[in-house]
Amino acid sequence: MSLTYTIILTRVISMKSLKNHLSLIIALFTVLASVQIYVAVDRTIAAYETRLKDDYSVIVVANKGFIPAEFKSMSSMIERSEPISTTQVLERLKGEMSQKNLDLLRLTLPKFYRIYLNRYPSPKEINNLQHLLQRNSSIERVEGFAQTHDTVYKLMLLFKNVVQIFSIAIAAVTSLLILKEMRLWQFQHAERMSIMALFGAPVWLRSAVLFRLAIVDAIIATFILCLVFFVIDYYGFLVAQLKEIGISVQLFNFVSDALRSLAIALGVSIALTFMIVIFPNEED
Amino acid sequence: MDKVIIAQNLSLSYKEFETIISKANFSIDAGSFVFITGASGSGKSTLLKAFYGAIEPKQGQLSVGGIKMNRISTSKLNFLRRHIGIVFQDYKLIKEWTIEKNVMLPLIISGYTGDVGGAQVQKLLGHVKLIHQAGKYPPELSGGEQQRVAMARALAHNPILILADEPTGNLDEYSASVIWSLLEGANAQLKTTVVVVTHHIPEGLNVPYLHYHIDAGNINEIA
Repeated sequence: MSLTYTIILTRVISMKSLKNHLSLIIALFTVLASVQIYVAVDRTIAAYETRLKDDYSVIVVANKGFIPAEFKSMSSMIERSEPISTTQVLERLKGEMSQKNLDLLRLTLPKFYRIYLNRYPSPKEINNLQHLLQRNSSIERVEGFAQTHDTVYKLMLLFKNVVQIFSIAIAAVTSLLILKEMRLWQFQHAERMSIMALFGAPVWLRSAVLFRLAIVDAIIATFILCLVFFVIDYYGFLVAQLKEIGISVQLFNFVSDALRSLAIALGVSIALTFMIVIFPNEED
Repeated sequence: MDKVIIAQNLSLSYKEFETIISKANFSIDAGSFVFITGASGSGKSTLLKAFYGAIEPKQGQLSVGGIKMNRISTSKLNFLRRHIGIVFQDYKLIKEWTIEKNVMLPLIISGYTGDVGGAQVQKLLGHVKLIHQAGKYPPELSGGEQQRVAMARALAHNPILILADEPTGNLDEYSASVIWSLLEGANAQLKTTVVVVTHHIPEGLNVPYLHYHIDAGNINEIA
């Protein structure tokens, strides 16, 4: 009888506990995945910004020569500047103009500069920079190419905002689901907790079983997240797609991201366990 | 002699306009053995619940182990309960825990889980003749055996006061005799105060005892 009972009890407990664990693990995994997707999108956009920044420059036309330090002193956004050689243009005109006119043109031709920035600017920043540079009387014209501002970039920013809102919504809804699940746990363990209370167990000891479940499930949810991103990383289909548009990015860092995810999972599960322990359901 | 329980004009009730115990005055000396009897619904168990803080006095004063039970704080109540052993008619054992761990419960709460706690549990399981059942779970045991486990649990932390609510109701003769002998032993050897709520006082007890009877909300000492 004893062995049979023990086996049945163990099976019933493990099935019930597996079901209970799964509900919380899935909920926690959803929260972690939504946060990680947001982080990955943010990283992708940052990588794309770097690429755009490297390719982007402002063209300045001036009636006198400037040294790089002069440009740098005009705005903190300016990283470096380089003069654009006019030789190539003049070479092209050699056959069409007389040498005399060509020499005159060389003398009267303004100076062209390419200005590189330390980050990829927004259209507003380009506009401000243009105004700033044009305040200098020696600068005749500034071309910021604001109208050619990358549409893909704008779409990516929009996508990032959508993911952010989506992540917040998922976190809020999932937290409510976790709270419900934990109330269920509290109800399942109510008898044990009330017996412990009769013998003077403090609240933390009575609720230790809930905290233990929350901690174990947070660790499992983080492990599953790592596993999923390991598979994504291993097969590399997402990274390959990003490389096609010139973005090289690490979607999941197996140290810092894993630790952050573990901290979030533990934080969410422990905070919600605290909530149900401190504010028990009146109906219980 | 020190008083473990002091009640002054104590009234108990569950509802606003219904009084179960009315203006009771009594005290229980440390080391005494007390029976509280009364008809069903007379308020015996309610009185016992007030002793371990499950209900608060409606009126009057109640002090248990020197702690006032009126508006008692949770920390004080936990402290008091760690010095009380309670035996319930329905055993109140944790089904998911083994017999050994159930007996260990008060020691876990008090922080004695090492060798000292283990030895104490083994000794008590020996006293209740259940040492061979230590690894089993409560539903595997008979009612009598479960109550003996509950008795061992109530004694595990050497409490100053044992409260027993119908501890031998529906038990077989053997289990009942084990329970009574353990309660007698705790009272005689360890000078533990024992308060038992029951319908019938057993015959042939080897310890002197006091007898309170509850009738129509009044508590009277029976000589």
